Amino acid sequence: MESAVQVERAGINLKPSGRTSEPSSIEMPVEPGKTVGNITVEDPIFSCRNVDVFYGEKHAIKKVGIDIGKNQVLAMIGPSGCGKSTFLRCLNRMNDTIEGARVEGSILLDGKDIHDKKQDVVQLRARVGMVFQKPNPFPKSIYENVAYGPRIHGLAGDRVELDEIVHSSLQRAGLWEEVKDRLQQPGTSLSGGQQQRLCIARTIAVNPEVILMDEPCSALDPIATARIEDLMEELRQSYAIAIVTHSMQQAARVSQRTAYFHLGDLIEVGETDRIFTNPRHKLTEDYITGRFG
Amino acid sequence: MNNTNKPQRTPQETQAIVERSLRRRYWAEHRFRTYGLAAVVAGMAFLVYLFFVIFSNGMGAFRQTELQLTIFYDPQIIDPAGTRKIEDLHAADYQALIRAAFKAKFPDVEGRAATREMTRLVSSSAAFDLQHSVVENPALIGTTEKRWLLASDAVDLLQKGRIERTLPEAERPLNDHQLAWADKLRSEGALGLKFNKTFVTGGDSREPEKAGIWGAVAGSFFTLILTLLLSFPIGVATAIYLEEFARRNRWTDIIEVNINNLAAVPSIVFGLLGLAVFIGFFGMPRSSPLVGALVLTLLTLPTIIIASRAALKAVPPSIREAALGMGASKIQMVAHHVLPLAMPGMLTGTIIGMARALGESAPLLMIGMVAFIVDVPKGITDAATALPVQVYLWSDSPERGFVEKTSGAIIVLLAFLVVMNTTAVILRKRFERRW
Repeated sequence: MESAVQVERAGINLKPSGRTSEPSSIEMPVEPGKTVGNITVEDPIFSCRNVDVFYGEKHAIKKVGIDIGKNQVLAMIGPSGCGKSTFLRCLNRMNDTIEGARVEGSILLDGKDIHDKKQDVVQLRARVGMVFQKPNPFPKSIYENVAYGPRIHGLAGDRVELDEIVHSSLQRAGLWEEVKDRLQQPGTSLSGGQQQRLCIARTIAVNPEVILMDEPCSALDPIATARIEDLMEELRQSYAIAIVTHSMQQAARVSQRTAYFHLGDLIEVGETDRIFTNPRHKLTEDYITGRFG
Repeated sequence: MNNTNKPQRTPQETQAIVERSLRRRYWAEHRFRTYGLAAVVAGMAFLVYLFFVIFSNGMGAFRQTELQLTIFYDPQIIDPAGTRKIEDLHAADYQALIRAAFKAKFPDVEGRAATREMTRLVSSSAAFDLQHSVVENPALIGTTEKRWLLASDAVDLLQKGRIERTLPEAERPLNDHQLAWADKLRSEGALGLKFNKTFVTGGDSREPEKAGIWGAVAGSFFTLILTLLLSFPIGVATAIYLEEFARRNRWTDIIEVNINNLAAVPSIVFGLLGLAVFIGFFGMPRSSPLVGALVLTLLTLPTIIIASRAALKAVPPSIREAALGMGASKIQMVAHHVLPLAMPGMLTGTIIGMARALGESAPLLMIGMVAFIVDVPKGITDAATALPVQVYLWSDSPERGFVEKTSGAIIVLLAFLVVMNTTAVILRKRFERRW
């Protein structure tokens, strides 16, 4: 009970499993850890095997194994409560902040276990940035929002260097032209789409290796969404991106690989084109053809 | 259009039903607003009445009757030996100077009893004032000076119109002779109301005309400053620890329940605790602002902790996630993002706690801050009293002159409260930020 409250507080959309609509017929039985498709990639940045997540008694993620490749976008899709956000939050150990959450299995970042005692969580989060569902700029100025990360990590030697980081981050997030004259205004004064791009600028300001995006466009209008999607394509040149999305069109547009989650199981992984044209698992097919979800 | 025989209501019927219920709904709303307005008006009326009574009673305390006499600093009385030694100047009979001045003013009055009655028109402290001036400036000896002297509390009441002249002589603080003399002095312009410097700058006294509020103000000031310095950091740190760092388990639950219970403990119990622990066990000086502040800290901590936790809870979790997601450590997250957003709420809790601490008298009685203290405290370990205790002490005094002092003390207490709260509100406004 307690953990459920905590989970809600953390803003994860985690509904009790009973409320998720079940498909009428499951032809292929789901077995934890038996994912259809190729979960590995060459030269992965993240390599996850047998990842289990528990929220108190609830078994939220069951034996998930998947690689995330460099310079590509991995889209995670699936009905609400399927565990895709939970899995995403394992990757920068944001689940640590939820009381009663327990993560098991191995998650390797560049070959090193992120749960290793030697792995500092602050350093991990500097390497693995995160963009949240709701734009959440700090209630500070636009400049301060972007400068915050470099500042706490000591990335800028002096003011000039910091200005340069802020400038280039905003530039790469495609926000510079819109805000260059009002860097001292509060970040919250921007529109929703601008705020989300500010959050992306803030994330890339610390120069991470991976960017996690948890439904980054769900609170945005189609125009703002399109801008973010374009941005992701650009960011892919420098970073690995994992995105959770409810929009299958978005997954199809922005990602190279797609993973389909269902009730805590990773059902199917594959090239995005293949998943959407030729799903091998019945559940995947039902979902992407809109039969449920 | 409506000719078809449908079981559904026509739009007109539905509208009629809605309209009927509308009147009821509006009436309910109207009634509620009337109750609310009546409550506000009644509350305001009581408040206005209260302020009217306090101010009409208390403003007099800031003005004081003085009496003008021609004083001859008689060398024969002050320093018959002519040594001008400080000890001799101290020991002289200054009351005799006042007696002589009265005799000169009313030469037709004779007899010791009548003279004594006459000298009672001035305060018993007037002689000390003369002594003070002479010791300060021995050159006065031998000169004559027209001098305003502090009148007695009875003359003060007369001057302020608080003595019924029609009362039988025995029930009046001034007898017929004294009334006559006072009236004569007044007709000559030798009786006047002056700004009461003593009240504003002096300590307590047994004589109403010499009693001052400053000792209590200083006592309250030291006590509250120390209370604030102790309870705000401790309270905020406790709230932050419980809300942001502590794991939810049985222990934190017990602590939480206990903090909530402590907020409801009668204040006198805290006073007894302070007496037993701080004075009895640690041997701190009794009646001191230090002990008072420690007791009031215990009293205000639960309020500050509860309000601070509520303020922390109200900070959106998305801000915490954003900070943590950027790689901020937990303490950075709290210090950079959560605390600034929670600060206004924390300050509100502190205002409430400090306002309560300012008004508390019961626990201070227990630790001896109710003692009769004439000196203005100069530090946190000096014996002191506090404003509400001073109000209590004066309201309990039999002399009529203390009635207006009591109200005057209440005015000062309210002013203190207003100044304190205004400061806090300004601070809070400065911290307030929208997100």
